[in-house]
Amino acid sequence: MRQNSSGEKSSVAAAAGNLSVGSAPAKPPRRGSRAPRAPRRRWSRDRLLLVALGLPGAIALVAFQYLPLLGNVIAWKDYQPYLSISESDWVGWQNFSFLWDGNPAFRNALWNTIVLTIIQTVLVFPVPLVIALVLNSLSGERLKRILQSILYLPHFLSWVIVVALFQQMLGNAGMLNTFLVQNDFPIINIIGVPELFKALVTSQVIWKDAGWGTIIFLAAISRVDQEQYEAAAVDGANARQRLWYITLPALKGLIILLLILRLGSSLSVGFEQIILQQGPVGLQASEVLDTWVYNNGILGGEWGTSAAAGLIKGLVGVLLVVGANKLAHLFGERGVYEK
Amino acid sequence: MEKPSVATQALKFVFLAISVALVVIPFWTVIATSLADQKTINDSGGGMVLWPGSGISFDAYTTVLQGGVVTRAVLISIGVTVVGTFLSLAATAGLAYWLSRPGALGAKPVLMLVLGAILFAPGLIPSYLVVKEFHLLDSLWSLVLPVLVNAFNVIVMRAFFQELPKELFESAAIDGVGAATVLLRIVLPLSKAVLAVIGLFYAVAYWNAFFNALLYIQSSEKWPMALVLRTYVVNQTTIGGDAAGEALPPQLPLQMAILVMAIVPILLVYPFIQRHFAKGVLIGAVKG
Repeated sequence: MRQNSSGEKSSVAAAAGNLSVGSAPAKPPRRGSRAPRAPRRRWSRDRLLLVALGLPGAIALVAFQYLPLLGNVIAWKDYQPYLSISESDWVGWQNFSFLWDGNPAFRNALWNTIVLTIIQTVLVFPVPLVIALVLNSLSGERLKRILQSILYLPHFLSWVIVVALFQQMLGNAGMLNTFLVQNDFPIINIIGVPELFKALVTSQVIWKDAGWGTIIFLAAISRVDQEQYEAAAVDGANARQRLWYITLPALKGLIILLLILRLGSSLSVGFEQIILQQGPVGLQASEVLDTWVYNNGILGGEWGTSAAAGLIKGLVGVLLVVGANKLAHLFGERGVYEK
Repeated sequence: MEKPSVATQALKFVFLAISVALVVIPFWTVIATSLADQKTINDSGGGMVLWPGSGISFDAYTTVLQGGVVTRAVLISIGVTVVGTFLSLAATAGLAYWLSRPGALGAKPVLMLVLGAILFAPGLIPSYLVVKEFHLLDSLWSLVLPVLVNAFNVIVMRAFFQELPKELFESAAIDGVGAATVLLRIVLPLSKAVLAVIGLFYAVAYWNAFFNALLYIQSSEKWPMALVLRTYVVNQTTIGGDAAGEALPPQLPLQMAILVMAIVPILLVYPFIQRHFAKGVLIGAVKG
């Protein structure tokens, strides 16, 4: 689904896109006035041809991005799969109040989601920055490139592969425990232990995407004016001071921007990753909003309440982005989009 | 500038060495185990091995590729990836080209539509209902059509098209060349880098598709690789119990062979495209 396949392309990608939107070049005059010699008929045929080339893509977006927005009406309905959406009965706000009045499973999922969001923002976010700073401080250009290629790689693996790899490395019969058993150490349980689930999930996220996340930081670092470093070095600033007073301030805007983008997807803490590992751990420790919507709705047939929960989640995400962007403007930063 | 201290250098080296090892070792172990023979696996106590040891054996691969669910899944995933990537690239390039031409008919509201699609993710339940209403449930098209166009990729490609020198378009217009010819003869040949990057993104997404397959594909004869991986590797369901009396290789190498087959296509295309992708990802960002 989109929120996963595009979300996976990471906030890095989204950041680049949003920046480019703000900096689109000024609109040149219309093509027709530029080429007066081109026959009028050809020109208008071209206009239609352009539309025809773009239309399939636009239709796909409308059908699978915007049509589902309408499908959200079932949050106010008692949707029955054998009836169509319009035939199902209206139930007012009942589905929402069901969630609000404290459905325990939902509340547990909400709690786990919030905890994971906080853990991941604090622990996951800084890792690519640190790796980028270390990589940047290396002198060999070739070595840097080789290291980057290796560290980017896990980003291109699916969550199924990542979860399988983690199982094979850290599972009860995995590499680590095989080694421990052969050397007469007690085995360590890491996979399938509820208490360690959040730590496991977080380390998987770091393993998969920390390297990829360095791309945008490396690009930003490379744009810092080199003369600043030289001048600072002449003035006697040591490496740590140069990092603290030149590099990090230069990255401040980007860091804020990425944090804001993160907020927007903050309630999406990895459907694929978590649904794959729920079995042995149990729902108490592992259920998050996305998996609750799936388990409760698609598997459990509770369409209305699940749609209501998904809708709230989406709205909260949008509100967080808009709010955080306002905040960024207050602090004089550019944010994701201009005022 | 002064040389960094030895301690700093050592710390950096250790940090990077550990990072790289954490990425490389899992791959290495999985490949080694998939190639290990019965004896090596037994010697290691039935677990993963770091070295195939007494003999490299391709039994796991021949067993898995004998036909049946895994072979079918490989073919399905290849088909979905090839068809999906082609259609996605065509739709994305068409849309980006439309939106990149100044003053194109209707481009402004459509651009808003694309940008809005980045901000609003459709919910899981409504998306499922839409796929159901289109009668795509349990059809392989449900793996392609809902993700046909990625709004972010459209924006990247549009930015790339806008960077092309406008003299090219002007001289084409003066020569009376139509928009389609300009796209095919001028724009696309000059956009190989961005097409390669976006194509890779799409291909990887199609190859890896798990979420949509889990939601929309019910019958196991339509399973792509991701569902096979989940069933046989993550959930450790036993493979091929029906081959009566035939001695199967140990379970672990079979599972690792499936895993390797899911990873290898990505490893194969990776070196060709990875030099482009940083540029592709950063289009626009660097200007900003």
